[in-house]
Amino acid sequence: MTVADVGRVVEGTEDEPPRRPRRRSGWATGYLLLLPGLLWLVLFFAVPTIQLVATSLYDQAGSLDTGYAMTWSFGNYLDALSTYRQPFLRSLMYATVATVAALLLAYPLAYAIAFKAGRFKNLMLVLVIAPFFTSFLVRTLAWKSILSDNGFIVQTLQTIGILGPDGRLLATSVAVVTGLTYNFLPFMVLPLYASLEKIDPRLMEAGKDLYANGFTSFRKITLPLSMPGVVAGTLLTFIPSAGDYINSELLGTPQQYMIGNVIDNTFLVQLNYPIAAACSVILMIVIVIMVLVYVRRAGTEELV
Amino acid sequence: MTALQRTGRWIGDHVVLFMAAVVLLYMFLPIFFVVLMSFNDPVSRLAYEFDAFTLDNWLNPCSAAGMCDSVVKSLQIGFLATFGATVLGTLVAFALVRHRFRGRSATSLLIFLPMATPEVVMGSSLLALFTTAGLAGSLGFWSILIAHIMFCLSFVVVTVKARLAGLDSRYEQAAMDLYANEWQTFWRVTFPLVFPGILAAALLSFSLSFDDFIVTNFNHGNTITFPMFVWGSAQRGIPPQVNVIGTMMFLLALLLVIGSGAVNRRRAR
Repeated sequence: MTVADVGRVVEGTEDEPPRRPRRRSGWATGYLLLLPGLLWLVLFFAVPTIQLVATSLYDQAGSLDTGYAMTWSFGNYLDALSTYRQPFLRSLMYATVATVAALLLAYPLAYAIAFKAGRFKNLMLVLVIAPFFTSFLVRTLAWKSILSDNGFIVQTLQTIGILGPDGRLLATSVAVVTGLTYNFLPFMVLPLYASLEKIDPRLMEAGKDLYANGFTSFRKITLPLSMPGVVAGTLLTFIPSAGDYINSELLGTPQQYMIGNVIDNTFLVQLNYPIAAACSVILMIVIVIMVLVYVRRAGTEELV
Repeated sequence: MTALQRTGRWIGDHVVLFMAAVVLLYMFLPIFFVVLMSFNDPVSRLAYEFDAFTLDNWLNPCSAAGMCDSVVKSLQIGFLATFGATVLGTLVAFALVRHRFRGRSATSLLIFLPMATPEVVMGSSLLALFTTAGLAGSLGFWSILIAHIMFCLSFVVVTVKARLAGLDSRYEQAAMDLYANEWQTFWRVTFPLVFPGILAAALLSFSLSFDDFIVTNFNHGNTITFPMFVWGSAQRGIPPQVNVIGTMMFLLALLLVIGSGAVNRRRAR
């Protein structure tokens, strides 16, 4: 797989108008090509989503064995919100911190690959992607070793006094956010790289000719032009982070549980389908709203 | 220019590279630990520190009960899901780029949404559907496969579409001018040109499917894939052989990427 392809994948769908078909093919060909794939997405993505919303309105008095009655119980949402307010807020907070951290880490890396790497450009892109072919769970478990109480990081932090003698990283919010940041970092690096690489370096030279110093030229030229990458990258990092529960489960304790843990537990252990579905729907709605607001802001407001 | 200024300039020039190197180190730190732990001989099953060096894990990776079965299961699901998603997605990509049809924006939305939906929502939706359909008891291989094809499909569409949209249509026109019919033009010209995109999409699908935990966890029934195995054993103590699989996957991916790079370079020459 070429790296540019991955970059394009994570950049998302850009809608181009259809090209004028060069050959005269039957009018039905397009529909026939679309049919199987779209049918699959309708049956196994759209219909389940509708079922999820329906399930979230079922009567909580039912159970899996006796079946649920559809009672339009909007109260489920209030129950879900009041019971699981903490994990909801925690998810949004962790995801926000992880996204900001990923942006701060990814920007210099993407910048270096785009402008400074020279003939090592492809090698560096490979280095960015390669670690992420190791299983997600195995990677996350490796963080358990890295952050363990006798590990070199904790020992060093204790020696220089940032952590107290009994201080630990594992089973804290820091560990969970570290894991989230790490696991979704390539989703930040690749779109950033894709948009930075498109910038014409002559624009920066022009800035220099007009006596802009490095910082000004970055603020006025590079950063605004890389905004599409920043927007795509933050979305691609924030969305999976907010729904993730692998990091909080493996690197945290129940005190760090996110909404994903709650949904998983309520669905699969407590078997309380209406509340679990309500949590899922709330997560989805919150993400859609945040994404819409964010895209609109980043799209229209002039930057700096 | 004084020496001080020169040093300052040098630092200014290289500070970005230095930061990039630190970030790359951060990205490789866990990999280093995965490789290290694959040679670990742990004193207790719940230990996460390196205790003693051994080659046993590499010599007998399957000695961890159930692990190799789960890897086989993941490979089977991975290959089938990749095949299904690549075929369906490639057809959709061709329709999107090359054909006119009604409902284009609704189609684009349907393709985009699965990529923007958290996995936990997709997984729980499918479970809600399967349960309502009375299939909760028979979840397993087939339901994992359905789910994996579903979430890989969009990524295939986007990858192949990008390649197809960037194609110079003059190649096809030239073939037609040279009296190739539509069928010949497609198989001799269009398909080979789009193939790298299809291959990239297939590799992406495979890695998404092989690595998926969250969606699988909701719909796996009693079928244990490799991520399910790791998750299950995380509660009871991780067998160090898990890290052997992790290291092998990393090496395989590295080989594939470097190999495809070498092939590209040879072609370009």
